[in-house]
Amino acid sequence: MVGIIGYGSYLPRYRIKVEDIAHQWGRDPETIKRGLLLKEKTVPGLDEDTITISVEAAKNALKRADIDPKEIGALYIGSESHPYAVKPSGTVVAEALGIVPDVHTADYEFACKAGTEAMFVAYSLVKADVVKYAVGIGADTSQGAPGDALEFSASAGGSAFIFGKEGVVAEVLETFSYTTDTPDFWRREGAFYPLHGGRFTGEPAYFKHILGAGRAILEKSGYTASDFTYVIFHMPNGKFPLTVGKRLGFKKEQMEPGWIVNLMGNTYSGSSPTGFSATLDVAKPGDLILLVSFGSGAGSDAFIFKVTEQIDEVRDKAEKVRDMLENNRIYLDYGQYAKFRGKIVMNE
Amino acid sequence: MPSPRYHREIPQRYRLEAVKCNNCSKILFPPRLICPDCGFKQFEKIKLSDEGKIITFTIIRVAPAEFATQVPYSIAIVELNDGVRITTQVVDCKPEDLEIGKFVKLVFRKIQEEGKTGIICYGYKAVLT
Ligand SMILES: [Zn+2]
Repeated sequence: MVGIIGYGSYLPRYRIKVEDIAHQWGRDPETIKRGLLLKEKTVPGLDEDTITISVEAAKNALKRADIDPKEIGALYIGSESHPYAVKPSGTVVAEALGIVPDVHTADYEFACKAGTEAMFVAYSLVKADVVKYAVGIGADTSQGAPGDALEFSASAGGSAFIFGKEGVVAEVLETFSYTTDTPDFWRREGAFYPLHGGRFTGEPAYFKHILGAGRAILEKSGYTASDFTYVIFHMPNGKFPLTVGKRLGFKKEQMEPGWIVNLMGNTYSGSSPTGFSATLDVAKPGDLILLVSFGSGAGSDAFIFKVTEQIDEVRDKAEKVRDMLENNRIYLDYGQYAKFRGKIVMNE
Repeated sequence: MPSPRYHREIPQRYRLEAVKCNNCSKILFPPRLICPDCGFKQFEKIKLSDEGKIITFTIIRVAPAEFATQVPYSIAIVELNDGVRITTQVVDCKPEDLEIGKFVKLVFRKIQEEGKTGIICYGYKAVLT
């Protein structure tokens, strides 16, 4: 049996409310909150980045896995906000976790689906018996340009998943990936903020790829929507995942535990993985879970997991996502937020 | 240029690696070659607890240039569960939230950047639990 033997997440304590961003730009907060189904989002502290978030998420995953970190043979981090352009985040994270030097590491990039890419590669290496344990992490400290619609959602956080063959918490039953060249969203080398390609967002990007991957993995596995206890989709806002879920035949109750975007925002590479982590926090042995990510550019990775009895052993060994979302929140106003996110031009 | 000292201290800064004297059990952080208490030279490598409590603290309101954007911030002496005392920033809280005796845990954070183009230095800081 190959699957997840430990999972963990990390969300920063800082928050900004949607109405505070709306007021800054003269927009009507109620229209935005209704349109995007968002209330607030996480904001990284001045001393947090993709590397620190990855370390904290992985430490939580290790608490649940109860293995010697030295036995981890591979570590992959998916993010679109790696702190260095050249020097993998994985080098620092592997060092902090104490799994160097006998480890293979690489950073992945694929807009919001880089996290599930890292998970897919980690899973595949364990399945192929190349390594005993492998870690896949999705983490981001995403930025939206000031005043852009993305600014209401772009947030920070991440999740880590350790794959192995013994002590499996959630077995991987099936995977499917779906990729095309679609110019819906991009950021050129050296540009600070990303751009989105108007008519290519929404239907030809998010919906086409998630529906493509979702329908294909259902057909490949022989399952139907009603076989699943829970389902998680990438959450660029509150509405898209609920709409795509309905189109695939899922009900709101199946989506609820993983639909955390209203309080978290869009953590990009950490979005659907953290929704999945929040779902594992409440899942029971035997539950079937479908996870479908989406990354602009564009592609989707889909996984079917079956939860084992081991979940009851590990669940309480680390902080749960709902607790991170609801406890210890520190609210920032727009000015503090702009400072935290480096949006204020300073003298060198 | 990356400072050699930062690189040399990675096991302590990233992983709280310490040594315990094989003779008198004193924990040394950072590790040393000779036990200052008993003069013994053999040690066991250990990892310090990442939880502890605030022994004392101060609030920095006028900071060196590289920390100027963080004021007011706090520096505390924290006693970890294994008795070792370290000096560290306490973050993600307001100065008025701090009290002697409050429990903290250590987290992995950015400590400073060597300018806009230099390396990023990471290490431990404390947050209230
Ligand atoms: Zn001694």
